[in-house]
Amino acid sequence: MRKKTKIFSSLLCSTVLMMGILTGCSDSGKDTSNNAAKEQKTLTLLIDNQTTLDGIKAVADAFEKKYDIKIEFETRPGGAEGDNVVKTRLATGDMTDLVYYNSGALVQALNPEQNFVDLTNEPFMKNVMDSFKKTVTVNGKVYGIPAGPVIVGGWLYNKKVYKELGLSIPKTWSELMKNNEKIKAAGKTPVIGTYKDDWTTQLIVLADNYNVLAKTPTFAEDYTANKAKFSDTPEALRSFKKLEEVYKKGYLNKDFLATNYDAGLKMLAEGKGVHYPMLTFALTAIAKNYPDKINDIGVFPQPSDSPDINGFTVWMPAAIYINKNSDHVEEAKKFVEFYISPEGMNAYLSKVKPEGPLAIKGAKLPDDVYPAVKEMLPYFESGKTAPALEFLSPVKGPSLPQITTEVGSGIKSAKEGAKLYDRDVEKQAKQLGLPGW
Amino acid sequence: MTKSINRFYTYYFLLPAGIIYFVFFLFPTIMSFFFSMTWWTLTDWKFIGLENFITFFTEPSLNIGFKNTIIYAVVTSGLKVIFGFLLGVFLCSRLKTKSFIRSMVFFPTLLSTIAVGIAFTVMMHPTQGLINKTLQVLGMVGPDWLGDTRIALLSVALVDVWKGVGIATVIFIAGIMSIPEEYYEALMMDGGNAFHKFWYIILPLSRPAMNSVIILSFIGGLRSFDLIWAMTKGGPGFSTDLIASIIYKQYQAGFYGLSTAGNVILFIVVSALALPLYVYLNRKEVDV
Repeated sequence: MRKKTKIFSSLLCSTVLMMGILTGCSDSGKDTSNNAAKEQKTLTLLIDNQTTLDGIKAVADAFEKKYDIKIEFETRPGGAEGDNVVKTRLATGDMTDLVYYNSGALVQALNPEQNFVDLTNEPFMKNVMDSFKKTVTVNGKVYGIPAGPVIVGGWLYNKKVYKELGLSIPKTWSELMKNNEKIKAAGKTPVIGTYKDDWTTQLIVLADNYNVLAKTPTFAEDYTANKAKFSDTPEALRSFKKLEEVYKKGYLNKDFLATNYDAGLKMLAEGKGVHYPMLTFALTAIAKNYPDKINDIGVFPQPSDSPDINGFTVWMPAAIYINKNSDHVEEAKKFVEFYISPEGMNAYLSKVKPEGPLAIKGAKLPDDVYPAVKEMLPYFESGKTAPALEFLSPVKGPSLPQITTEVGSGIKSAKEGAKLYDRDVEKQAKQLGLPGW
Repeated sequence: MTKSINRFYTYYFLLPAGIIYFVFFLFPTIMSFFFSMTWWTLTDWKFIGLENFITFFTEPSLNIGFKNTIIYAVVTSGLKVIFGFLLGVFLCSRLKTKSFIRSMVFFPTLLSTIAVGIAFTVMMHPTQGLINKTLQVLGMVGPDWLGDTRIALLSVALVDVWKGVGIATVIFIAGIMSIPEEYYEALMMDGGNAFHKFWYIILPLSRPAMNSVIILSFIGGLRSFDLIWAMTKGGPGFSTDLIASIIYKQYQAGFYGLSTAGNVILFIVVSALALPLYVYLNRKEVDV
């Protein structure tokens, strides 16, 4: 008798535990849908943990006040690890209502036709800058709205040191090298290298795209179609050579291989290093950590070999997409419309100082923007900008950071590096199944 | 009749474990052999034969991993055997603070590999790191441990040895302790000294322990990933890329088929190197 009770009770226990596990799995999903139906509506948004949330949260708060719809943020890692999270969640049908993700080449890999809502014919899309729309267009359909300002890749420089040494902004590469020579003679680091974070090594090559396209306008298309290569297009190879030259002339800080991005920003802000090839999103980090130094920081485009060709390579902001399989597509559309309305943008700008102009037609920047941003505006007004290659072509080799590290630290020559990158690109294009490879 | 029922009956007990083994081990293994021969995007796949393997062997940024992995495995397992053995002998002698030193030696094994990696990366900074600052005080100029492509791999290997030598030491201590006391007595009767004791008794009779250490640390070295990733991420450039870190990078880039092929290659490399080594070492083993 006792034995039987024992067996029975243990069976009961395990069944209860098992039930607990099973219900635990589905609990979270049930709860949110119930809440949404009964009380306030909720939209979920997946965003990477590298982006500062202040601006988007301000827009979300204003949106909640107006429409009584709450935005819930979920975070994911950035970089390639984050790409996998997004891809996996889309593939398993477990995606949030709104998705914050890169524009440009990366989004093509997400199969937007299957996963995102087509926004081409929405009236609010008229306000979005055409150059941005191009980067979220796949097969003629537009899928995203700009989530932040446009930024540029160029050479951040310390204005104070420039003044002290009597330097002027270089219009050609050789002028830049002369400036570097003078800075080196003055005992300061001419170019800051932060190779410990290897993504920063790509900047000289990537920011040269304006100059490449100015001389070979069809490079992006030919490159995508497997007709042009970095190693046999002289202008593109020049980008790698510029990187090589900076190292060979000894302009980098002594311990550039062990220096990381944060340390690089510190050097620039304190004037120990004078140039830092970087994206202007770094301005926010400088303003946050060295608020009294931000007015000393300026930016100029990576110069070409001719004074007539001088413009910025531009990085488009990340986009917000709507999950096609969401139960709240209508509410999500309301949110993206609000986001790019003047009201939404004002809420955004109340919390965030933009690192460049906004990708919305007619949007005005406040007067107290960073001085470096003011330096950028004339180039935008006169149309002297070109998107970075990754926004024009889905072809981007994953090993570029390692290859530019090798070229930028003298392990490989520019030519060898460019050749290796061409092979890396070929591998990527084949793995993605692009036509023509 | 009853006999046959009994025979099947026993197998039912194996079934739960068998199912788990199949679902979580055998099935994924077989699937990975299949997907290594495909072009795969998680949702969609296409059979492409051996192309992934060809890519892996022909591309310089991929096959540099083979050389590095072998160097890494040989250096780490070699040093772990030498240091582990010496520490083991030392810690079996009559010392007052024996148990304290034993726990000191074993302590790094308990730490998280990532934490160790980050801590050593900071200490190995060429100008601000603790190691080079110490060398500076002594009047020496330390190298750029992780930045110099010639020594970066060895620097990481040394950290691996520091972290893993505790396990090797424990195995050696167990081996040395199990040597019967009679041998030492016999040696004393014959008038042998401490060196003879080490050379003629401890060294040959701790052979089984040594074989375990060699095999374990060699396989561990071949598969090593976490420490490299925490310290250099395969850099500068590709100079410290191991097969495992290369596989991870291909996976990060979304090349799922290619990275699965890399895993199959790693599996084959580990078996092809570890199995003959195991057979060879076991043949030479002396019976205690």
